[in-house]
Amino acid sequence: MATAVFTPKPHQLADEEEPRPRKNYLNVAFTAKSWLLTVDHKRIAILYLIAVTLFFFLGGFFAVLIRLELLTPAGDLMQSETYNKMFTMHGVMMVFFFLIPAIPAILGNFLIPIMIGARDLAFPRLNLMSWYVYMIGGLFTFAATLLGGVDTGWTFYTPYSSTYSNTNVVLTAIGVFVTGFSSILTGLNFIVTIHKMRAPGLTWFRLPLFVWAHYATSLIQILGTPVVTAAIFLVALERIFHIGIFDPALGGDPILFQHLFWFYSHPAVYIMVLPAMGVISELITCFSKKKVFGYHFIAFSSVAIAVLGFLVWGHHMFTSGQSIYAGMVFSILSFLVAIPSAIKVFNWTATLYKGSVSYQAPMLYAIGFLGLFTIGGLTGLFLATLAVDVHVHDTYFVVAHFHYIMVGGTIMAYLGGIHFWWPKMTGRLYPEGWARFASLVVFVGFNLTFFPQFLVGYLGMPRRYHFYPDEFQVLNVMSTAGASILGVGYLIPLIYLLWSLRYGPPASANPWNATGLEWKIPSPPPTENFAKTPIVTEEAYEYTPVRSAPKILTS
Amino acid sequence: MDKDFHIFPDQASTLAGKVDLLYYVLTGLSIFFALLVFFLIYIFAVRYRRRSEEEVPRQIPGLLQLELAWSIIPFGLSLVVFVWGAKLYFETYTPPEDALEIYVVGKQWMWHIQHPSGQREINELHVPTGRPVKLIMASEDVIHSFYVPAFRVKKDVVPGRYATLWFEATKPGVYHLFCAEYCGTKHSQMTGSVVVMEPPQYQRWLSGGEIGETPVAAGEKKFQQLGCITCHGDKSGSRGPALKGVFGAPVQLQNGEVITANEDYIRESILNPHRKITAGYTPIMPTYQGQINEAALLQLTAYIKSLGTTPK
Repeated sequence: MATAVFTPKPHQLADEEEPRPRKNYLNVAFTAKSWLLTVDHKRIAILYLIAVTLFFFLGGFFAVLIRLELLTPAGDLMQSETYNKMFTMHGVMMVFFFLIPAIPAILGNFLIPIMIGARDLAFPRLNLMSWYVYMIGGLFTFAATLLGGVDTGWTFYTPYSSTYSNTNVVLTAIGVFVTGFSSILTGLNFIVTIHKMRAPGLTWFRLPLFVWAHYATSLIQILGTPVVTAAIFLVALERIFHIGIFDPALGGDPILFQHLFWFYSHPAVYIMVLPAMGVISELITCFSKKKVFGYHFIAFSSVAIAVLGFLVWGHHMFTSGQSIYAGMVFSILSFLVAIPSAIKVFNWTATLYKGSVSYQAPMLYAIGFLGLFTIGGLTGLFLATLAVDVHVHDTYFVVAHFHYIMVGGTIMAYLGGIHFWWPKMTGRLYPEGWARFASLVVFVGFNLTFFPQFLVGYLGMPRRYHFYPDEFQVLNVMSTAGASILGVGYLIPLIYLLWSLRYGPPASANPWNATGLEWKIPSPPPTENFAKTPIVTEEAYEYTPVRSAPKILTS
Repeated sequence: MDKDFHIFPDQASTLAGKVDLLYYVLTGLSIFFALLVFFLIYIFAVRYRRRSEEEVPRQIPGLLQLELAWSIIPFGLSLVVFVWGAKLYFETYTPPEDALEIYVVGKQWMWHIQHPSGQREINELHVPTGRPVKLIMASEDVIHSFYVPAFRVKKDVVPGRYATLWFEATKPGVYHLFCAEYCGTKHSQMTGSVVVMEPPQYQRWLSGGEIGETPVAAGEKKFQQLGCITCHGDKSGSRGPALKGVFGAPVQLQNGEVITANEDYIRESILNPHRKITAGYTPIMPTYQGQINEAALLQLTAYIKSLGTTPK
């Protein structure tokens, strides 16, 4: 295994490597207080990493139970009520407590200040507060689970959630409501930071695309999250005080909830996938040693996705009885929002052209992302096509599609990013051979899990079905088999990454020979990131042949 | 495990083939673009693999023509698919005038079906081939969704309003009926079957078995029991508008608005009579909310419809 660890030749680093300082952000203090009251964005990122990982495996545990139940057509492993709670808790945990915070709160928090040459985010205390708010929301949701769970589906559709469900809707709603503020505050922090704290010379169009992607994400977090927060609050009000908002028996309108919910929750998909796209831009350029193809197109397509993403929510409601003309408007806008995503995929592909492509684990995840995101995106067009959506809406086709985007897209990029910046975050190299192996296991397991769901969906199997007709079993067995492989694929990195914390070889400042300010400082970075504020004199991804030219001047 | 394993569902309605054709075209386009991307990635990744750590490739900032090409071509193609899908969607949700009207009530966790000729069914729907069937659907509680995969049709049944769905079956057989919108504990058992029969067999089915009251007759009875007739009968005069010939006709409201009396208007006027007051009348009608269930409402609606439909 030692041979598989990627060790660059020492002379390449000679001109950049600073002597490894004795003190870094990890060993500066060891007390619990120094962690729980830290205002260092890097430590807060680590706090998020721990919490988000716990929620991921909790959500994954529910997924395992779901797939086991679906091995047979009869609901024989658990009762319907329990099954319904399983998919609800899976969805709530994964969406609100894993997918939304994963990349921004961990990688974004850690990297954005460093990438722009700042010592911290604009509001370090607010950043710490965001983590506590996230944890309080998480505890409410976790308590709701322990007290018997909730069975409304993560979508909380009314009037089922507001009137009919007998489960812990209010407690879960409070959890989601509170966590929303964490997301809003993080977005606010990023926007102010990116506007005000860029290093001298770091113009907007010299920013790494990771930062552009997070900027676009933050816009959605600030503008969208309050709407879903309010909608969920209204559900709780209707449940507790019987104020008629959504239940027609009380004079409300159930479709109003769907509008409010999807006004956020469709853009929320972009909160999950835009940061992933930012990660991919970093990985593809580094592992092909190329300037990104079409920098401006990728940067602006992030912003275009953020803006257009707000105008497509009605495509979740083509069968709800909304006006068919409204359906048509939402349909064409949904086709439009697909274009910037396509532009990105083409540009990343073109970046490989005449590059110097190497296949370290992060790159394998990035290539996996390209494949899975392409399939996820293309099947999204099926759902944007009105007449086809009428048939596949609320079937496993939709389940397969959004897992291709969120699991195949976001989690692939998240894992790629975690591996890529692991040496920076921890100061240790992970075992490359194991990492490559795990990325292949994830890729194979993922496709076996979710591809059959496209087929069973077109056959007509509705989602959220505990019992299902016999003829769907073959495809469901394939899906469960894939899920067990996928589960192993997620456990392997957990083990070797933890292992590497103690036994991994120490990482140099720039183990990948990447550009970007984060690779100019030691691994792990000192608390203050930069001893002196850097001055940036070049574009992003400057893998220029003349390596003697000074990259960074320090004033 | 089932022996006959399929990749594509049965095609049993006039719509099914049309939706499938669009689906195949989309699949073809998707495979083309996916393979194009995968092929390029594969070629680039192999051909330009890193041969030495020293090598530094020539930098290519981008190419405007290429950016425009891969923005405009997919956009053009998606416009074609959009128009095609939208036209078919319009057709899916626009029932023909002469359709056979069947009433459906969804409630946790079953489907109640009432035929115009009096038959009632639970979780089963018998329909003939070759005749458009229009379902007028209501929910007693939460949102349900009426879904027949073999027909490629689906419509959410949202409480508080009527939902309509139509299809024309083409192939005799027994097909799945699913509730597609999550509706609580036994959502996955809110299923049933649609039995499609050739017209002669269908006629035999209609005449066999127990035939209940027709919705119109049941509605007329309710019209009298609930006392609607006192104010809305033929000779009732000034208290409330007479209902003969109202259905499908324009109604002048007190606020000056003119609306068409459709099923939803009648439903609303029974449950929430003060929302839309016919010009010239005072809002004295009490609400019937809570006193009448969706099935009875549908019967009353059917009766009022039978009092005369104004030809368009």
